[in-house]
Amino acid sequence: MSTLAIHNGRVIDPALGWDGIADIVIVDGRITRVGPNEGDMVVEADRIDATGLVVAPGFVDLQTHLREPGFEHEETIATGTRAAAQGGFTTVCAMPGTVPPLDSRAAVESVLREAEASALVRVLPIGCITAGRKGELLAPAGELAGAGVVALTDDGHAVADPNLMRHALQYSTQFNLPVAQHPEDPALVRGGQMHEGWVATRLGLRGRPASGEATMVARDIALAELTGAHLHVCNVSTAASVALIRGARERAVHITASVTPHHLTLTHERVAFRESYTQIRYDTSAKVEPPLREEGDLIALAEALRDGVIDAITTNHSPVSAMEKGIEFDLAAPGISGLETAFGLSMRLVESGTLTLPMLIERMTIGPVRAWSLDRHPGCEGLGTLAPGAVGDVTVLDPTSEWTIEPEHFASLGKNTPLAGELLRGRVVTTVFGGRVVHETAGVAAL
Amino acid sequence: MTTTESTETTPSTTAPDETGTKRVTSLPESTWNHHHLLDLDDCSRTEIETVLTLADRMREILDRRIPRVPALRGFTVVNLFYEPSTRTRASFELAGKVLGADVISVNSSTSSIQKGESLIDTVRTMRAMRTDAIVIRHSMAGAPYLAAEHTDASIINAGDGAHAHPTQALLDLYTMRRHVGDLTGKKVVMVGDIAHSRVARSDLWGLAAMGAKVVVCGPPTLLPLGLKAGDRPSHAESALPPVSIETNIDVALEGADVVIALRLQSERQEAGLLPSLHEYAANYQVTSERLVRANPNHLLMHPGPKNEGIEIAGDVARGDRSIIEEQVTNGVAVRMALLYLLSGRVDPSEVVSEARA
Repeated sequence: MSTLAIHNGRVIDPALGWDGIADIVIVDGRITRVGPNEGDMVVEADRIDATGLVVAPGFVDLQTHLREPGFEHEETIATGTRAAAQGGFTTVCAMPGTVPPLDSRAAVESVLREAEASALVRVLPIGCITAGRKGELLAPAGELAGAGVVALTDDGHAVADPNLMRHALQYSTQFNLPVAQHPEDPALVRGGQMHEGWVATRLGLRGRPASGEATMVARDIALAELTGAHLHVCNVSTAASVALIRGARERAVHITASVTPHHLTLTHERVAFRESYTQIRYDTSAKVEPPLREEGDLIALAEALRDGVIDAITTNHSPVSAMEKGIEFDLAAPGISGLETAFGLSMRLVESGTLTLPMLIERMTIGPVRAWSLDRHPGCEGLGTLAPGAVGDVTVLDPTSEWTIEPEHFASLGKNTPLAGELLRGRVVTTVFGGRVVHETAGVAAL
Repeated sequence: MTTTESTETTPSTTAPDETGTKRVTSLPESTWNHHHLLDLDDCSRTEIETVLTLADRMREILDRRIPRVPALRGFTVVNLFYEPSTRTRASFELAGKVLGADVISVNSSTSSIQKGESLIDTVRTMRAMRTDAIVIRHSMAGAPYLAAEHTDASIINAGDGAHAHPTQALLDLYTMRRHVGDLTGKKVVMVGDIAHSRVARSDLWGLAAMGAKVVVCGPPTLLPLGLKAGDRPSHAESALPPVSIETNIDVALEGADVVIALRLQSERQEAGLLPSLHEYAANYQVTSERLVRANPNHLLMHPGPKNEGIEIAGDVARGDRSIIEEQVTNGVAVRMALLYLLSGRVDPSEVVSEARA
């Protein structure tokens, strides 16, 4: 019998509405007791002193590119889940844009087998919407559901054909699987390298218009309304999309949405400018899809997150090798390695007063769990909460600790971040998965 | 390697870049302070004037019976062209040769880049062969910036995608200055495909630095977003040069001192940005009837190669207000001046003081 007791932290569990000093006891991977001094009731236990720290449910990421199989030079299930643990995540949903793509039982099972062998945290696979992510024929959603996928998505490829998307949504309803779309209309954004606007004009780069996203969100909402299916909008990045999603939720369309920390905090200016407008740069580390947008979009996204119009913060963790970033901007691969900076970067919304800390934790724990009903899957009982009986996933946080982002120290193989050298306030101190400590930040942990 | 004979009386105002460029020329900011020429957005009026003043001396050399001087003997220039070009490449080759530099041209198609031949690798290889300056033409915006991060050879941007073409802008400014002198307050009108034009972008910076009033004119589908000051946040007002935008060519040409017609690529019609070349010509061709509205002494320019009958009428292109051919000659002089400045073999402050004397 293994027992872990986490003492005297400020326990925040938004699902249960808890916020107070308490102990947490985890026995054999399940939470057994929560309450003041409950830790003193167990005699033999490994102990963590969380005095002065925040104790929250383990973070849940709906969109993680683990890159395995097929791109093991960019990330593996082992390194990606280690990065997750560093970032406080105890559950990651693995994106299906691998080679082979996760469009068959065999492919999904191979990921689950590898996760069993090498993952440090829980890996929940996502299946493809269409075979080979080609946008031509439906992938076998029933087979994928049977293999254990928690959602369907074609990853970075939006399903362009409206008729196919309609059928995908319709078909998914029998399995209760959310259909997650990265909504950029390929015809409107083709060849685009960054957000269309004055920065792209300055750099002479082809733009991806904000409307490229809004048109597809509008279409997908109409199709979700038509079919009654569950649509999830990934990586919401524009004020116009937010307005559409807000309207759809008011009409009780079954729609959920997520946003990344970088779309909440960085604008398109990040691509070109650092200190002045005189010197430009072509910073491929800020090249991402959808692209970083404008100030007004950031405000709308933050408000939507606060109001619950957007359910979850997801990292869309996209590790890219240095070779694929250190080249011409047009040729560079898009993506930001986001697992290890997600909490600290999102804390800027708490610092600015847009979110409270419990709200932020909600959007990184029970928010994503409820969005995709993840707790109905085997081994996910009570996921996103600290209730007795729930899986023993806990993240211990120091919301005031300051640290500098040093990509070379990332556990992820993807060192690609536009935030290198930047100071963040808010840090993951300890990550506990299934009652086992999977990450400890050296020099920060108390005890 | 050519070393820069700087007087070191004024500290360098150029911050060393991340790769720690070793050969940052320490010069008073006011005359010339660049190791690379990537665009005119970071060039002051005085710096541009230094180039133009030196170009006058170069133009004099170019007009000699035997246009050869040994000023850049032992200096090596590589033209690295990833996009087909006749005039710009020839202009750089001749500019180097007139000054006695060794110039070679390497042509590489964009398809070879996509096959994984790395620009960085090529630039490093050229530097390892003791190249002093590398002139880059590339179909992708920002490629010369990438090159500049990876070499201490001088990088000259000879056109990168739709971004910049600073030597074209310098030769445009030089040509204008020869005819109208001070450009302060002069009305310069650019007509055509502003959105995809690297010439327009660099001209805008150069003209802004020289104090000209610039109007860009074209159909809305060929005008870039965010150029209007009100289209960007107030803190970013200086992030693009000041310019007026006009879709009606007759209004735009009113009182123009200089008119620049830009080349229209037929791909724009294929991409659905224009109904037809015929309609474009009907609405935006620079014609003698339309130029009646301009200043009677206006100058007519075109960066070439021209499509006569599309963006410019043939009689206008070859008419008495046209200085299009002179632009080509001046291009060589300006590039000579630039190579000489970047070589570090001339003291820019002397260029300016001699001109004053």
